[in-house]
Amino acid sequence: MPPDREPKLTWKDVTPKEVYYNRRKFLAAMGLAGAAAITGREMWKLASPPTTVEATAKLSFTPGPFNTSEKVTPYDDVTHYNNFYEFGTDKGDPAKNAQNFRTSPWTVSVEGDVKNKRKYSMDEILKLAPLEERIYRHRCVEAWSIVVPWIGFSLNAILKLAEPSPKAKFVAFESYFDRSQMPQAQYAGIPFPYVEGLRLDEAMHPLTMLTVGMYGETLPNQDGAPVRINVPWKYGFKSIKSIVKIKLVGSEPPTTWNMAAPNEYGFYSNVNPHVDHPRWSQAKERRLGDIFRRDTLMFNGYGDQVASMYAGMDLRKNF
Amino acid sequence: MPPPAVRKILTSKLTKALLFVVCLVPFFLLCWRAFTGDLGPNPVETLQHTTGDWTLRFLIFTLSITPLRKIFKLPDLIRFRRMLGLFAFFYVSLHFLTYIGPDQSFSLTAMWKDVFKRPFITVGFLGFVLLIPLALTSTAGWIRRLGGRRWQLLHRAIYITAIAGVIHYYWLVKSDVRKPVEYAFFVGVLLVWRIGDWLLKKRDTIAASARAPRTSPSN
Repeated sequence: MPPDREPKLTWKDVTPKEVYYNRRKFLAAMGLAGAAAITGREMWKLASPPTTVEATAKLSFTPGPFNTSEKVTPYDDVTHYNNFYEFGTDKGDPAKNAQNFRTSPWTVSVEGDVKNKRKYSMDEILKLAPLEERIYRHRCVEAWSIVVPWIGFSLNAILKLAEPSPKAKFVAFESYFDRSQMPQAQYAGIPFPYVEGLRLDEAMHPLTMLTVGMYGETLPNQDGAPVRINVPWKYGFKSIKSIVKIKLVGSEPPTTWNMAAPNEYGFYSNVNPHVDHPRWSQAKERRLGDIFRRDTLMFNGYGDQVASMYAGMDLRKNF
Repeated sequence: MPPPAVRKILTSKLTKALLFVVCLVPFFLLCWRAFTGDLGPNPVETLQHTTGDWTLRFLIFTLSITPLRKIFKLPDLIRFRRMLGLFAFFYVSLHFLTYIGPDQSFSLTAMWKDVFKRPFITVGFLGFVLLIPLALTSTAGWIRRLGGRRWQLLHRAIYITAIAGVIHYYWLVKSDVRKPVEYAFFVGVLLVWRIGDWLLKKRDTIAASARAPRTSPSN
């Protein structure tokens, strides 16, 4: 193989978690055995898994469309500051608590009002369409933002394969949930499994991405491994993580944050600097790494591509 | 009366100096983390949350002094109350700086707009503003000038600040209210103790006046 060519890795090539973590346990044990001279604190660090290591594998991909030229947020910031309430509500919790999350084997069920209902394995998903790297802005409803090079393809690839029936008007998504793997979820104050939804035209929009990786590698557990979506013109919570079910439906599906606080989080949740959250302003945001806030852009700067979908809609009412 | 050894420790100048340094530890830790770039991916938020947390903690420490004095019969604890209160003010001032600076770009107009528009900011700001006169009148000179009773009345504003601080935090979080509820618990216990103490005292006074022989001249 020419040295400049990336090896074609598939999901099968991903080192199984058990092996990966045993290797670390083994190393940690070696460390412990030989660490008689090391202080207790250092020993503890060796024995407990380091928070910076994730079991990710390289992916091959081509540069995709819609890339922003803005500075990409450092990998360590993106992976150590995010919300994934199944693993705890502190921004640092997902990185700490999602490490042993089992993401293999994994299937995604495409069902509902479609001609071709079926379950896809991760291997199949990776082969559905050529992987692209897309550098998107990601704006959290909490008024912080990041720029991330995601890897995946347009969600419409899998939806077109399923062939939605004329009855299908919305797409409902569901995250994986397992209380035993996600004990911190009980304190989250929101119902699980996490569910989200899009209007069919939003789901079919080429910007809407089925994401399997970031920063050249498979998704780290805390960022929604092994497969998630990204809807860059909507607040981050719409970009549901660790998806197990995609269901085409006839009417607006329930969404988790909307159920938890309907006056604060709407079904649409398009990034909109003119419509504030009842408790805080959405006019500005803090890009991770910045001190001061910057102006938030309408539709997170993707208005040219998506604004027409909402023509004639009162975005203040449909927030 | 507590054992003389305890009294000696509580009244020693060294204890007070030591406590002063201990109260500064969270501040120096923050400075150290800022200096070594260890404030995490969102340093401003880390500063805001840490200074906010320490404000609430110092308010709770300050409010604990009176109950502890009475329960453990350690009147000398009063020597630390002013310092703890002033540290609450110190941390809330830092907290306010991280808000007016990075959040509002030092714009007073932007700040006022925010204060009037956002209930959680309004209530937090109220708590902060109420502490300013308390910090200013914390000296012995001001106690004398105002007179003990009036001074005490004014300084009861700290109850409002503590409640405002807890509400401020509660209204900020999205759904996991464990931490604000924890603070609410401590503030609640300390305030309820005061109500209980006041009621007991009132009962005692009534009982005492009922028991006392009527000495007033009957005319």
